Amino acid sequence: MSVFEGLRFRRVYSPIHNLDPRIKFVYVCAIFVAAIIFWELLPLITLFLIQIPFVLLAGVKREWLRSMRGAVFLAAIIFLTNFIFSFIGAGYIVTAKSVENAVAMTLRFIVLVESFSIFFLTTSPDHLGLALEQTHIPYEFCFAFTTAVRFVPVLAEEAQTIMDAQKARGLELEGGNFLKRIRNYIPILIPLIVGSIRRSLELAEAMESRAWGATKNRTNLYVLKMHRGDFILIAITVGILATAIYTRLFFAIPSLNELLGSLF
Amino acid sequence: MIEVKDVHFTYPNGVEALKGVSLTINNGEFAAIMGENGAGKTTLVKHFNGLLKPTKGSVLVDGVDTRKVSVATLARKVGFVFQNPDTQLFSETVEEEIAFALKNFGFKENIIKRRVTWALNLLGLVQYRKTSPFMLSGGERKRVALASVLAWNPKMLILDEPTIGQDYQQKEKLRQFIMQMKAQRRTIIIVTHDVEFVAECNPRVLLMRGGRMVTDGEARKVLTNPEILTQASVVPPQIAQIFIKLSDLGLPKNVIDVYEAREILLSVLEEQAK
Ligand SMILES: Nc1ncnc2c1ncn2[C@@H]1O[C@H](COP(=O)(O)OP(=O)(O)OP(=O)(O)O)[C@@H](O)[C@H]1O
Ligand SMILES: [Mg+2]
Repeated sequence: MSVFEGLRFRRVYSPIHNLDPRIKFVYVCAIFVAAIIFWELLPLITLFLIQIPFVLLAGVKREWLRSMRGAVFLAAIIFLTNFIFSFIGAGYIVTAKSVENAVAMTLRFIVLVESFSIFFLTTSPDHLGLALEQTHIPYEFCFAFTTAVRFVPVLAEEAQTIMDAQKARGLELEGGNFLKRIRNYIPILIPLIVGSIRRSLELAEAMESRAWGATKNRTNLYVLKMHRGDFILIAITVGILATAIYTRLFFAIPSLNELLGSLF
Repeated sequence: MIEVKDVHFTYPNGVEALKGVSLTINNGEFAAIMGENGAGKTTLVKHFNGLLKPTKGSVLVDGVDTRKVSVATLARKVGFVFQNPDTQLFSETVEEEIAFALKNFGFKENIIKRRVTWALNLLGLVQYRKTSPFMLSGGERKRVALASVLAWNPKMLILDEPTIGQDYQQKEKLRQFIMQMKAQRRTIIIVTHDVEFVAECNPRVLLMRGGRMVTDGEARKVLTNPEILTQASVVPPQIAQIFIKLSDLGLPKNVIDVYEAREILLSVLEEQAK
């Protein structure tokens, strides 16, 4: 559940928290695009490092580290599959290049998790909903979205309770082979899913009985406005994207091996 | 036997839910844990089958430290029925739901069948044998959860709020069942806010408040002491309230049992009639 933990918003104030969520979202998308167009290790390392100042500035180092730790398992799977395929593809030999490729693919995933985690850690669900509304998305969708985000930690907590309840009935979660382990999670997943469906139906009924949607023209107490920080972030975003595309188109990016080889 | 030795527990988010609780529950004992919302009752009983491990202090179940064994191992001995049945129901039929734990413990097929039928009968669920547990009402789901634990007949049984949402008849059945378990010298621990239910069962009563155990004694003593009860946000049962209010007539104050109350009142009335 530590991945969820890393996406959980805590109300603190920092220059990053105060940024307009729309701009932050564009920034995340830009990082996303940049990470997708590169498959070499060097630019991906750069993308990874670029974001660390954001984490420090937002003061969410602990939570961020936790979410990165949560991603380790998936990262390991990505590394292994990439490595095994290139290992077989290269005719059953380990080359420096195949290792570097596998690392790059893993790092690409990590960069994506990193930027998403920064976004969710520094954007309150309310802010996010406000941003959606001001983009003229129908209020029903905005509401559904913010509710979903808000329920993530609740779901994580519920999963924990369900695990407890099944362990108390003699379910061993640890041990056994891979298939058995997956089978073991059925008694956890079903109550979790059924519970979510049940809750959403109940929520709908409760909302309707409290006259949800009675007013057609909603107004907001708070309105998002762009500040200086937002313009700086726009500049950074455009800068990263332009550099990335320029580099992609006009440079041959050396692999780490070649670079190290030419240095020594 | 469950021995709790100066247990402290802090949740990962920093809430200190237990602040040094010590108690011993002997084999064959029937105890009710009561107290205000958030007193730490659920947190405490989750230590009894190892779901939570103390941050400080220790919990021994039959002499075994709960830190040393897995929950699934302890569960064979300590049955735990959760407050909310929806956290455990997942099978296609009520029958399979009840058989789940029995399979986990490796019971034989014919024994599983017998136990499931026994549990269905006990909780009046026979007609729902092949029904999906998700189709049942709240009270019925709670009973399925109960049946699924009773089925393996654990030596110690922990029930978190067993009477919630049960109609009077089911409550009475539950009480009779608990008394039966008690006669078999099994250990039963219930967590509850239902003071009338406790008065009828007459167990040992443990009152908690703010992560501490504040009172430990017989139901008849604890439940008739308004000062102690108010501290733990519990009110005396109705019989006790009447007798406390009538104490200037020279009636005893420590009555919680309906039959005893009737006897006393009858004798007073007879005296007046003479
Ligand atoms: N999973 C959790 N994470 C963090 N804090 C928790 C968790 N569960 C309970 N707490 C906190 O621990 C304290 C004790 O909770 P607990 O559930 O033991 O109370 P309780 O006595 O069972 O209350 P109730 O009568 O409402 O069931 C409360 O302050 C609660 O907020
Ligand atoms: Mg509780």
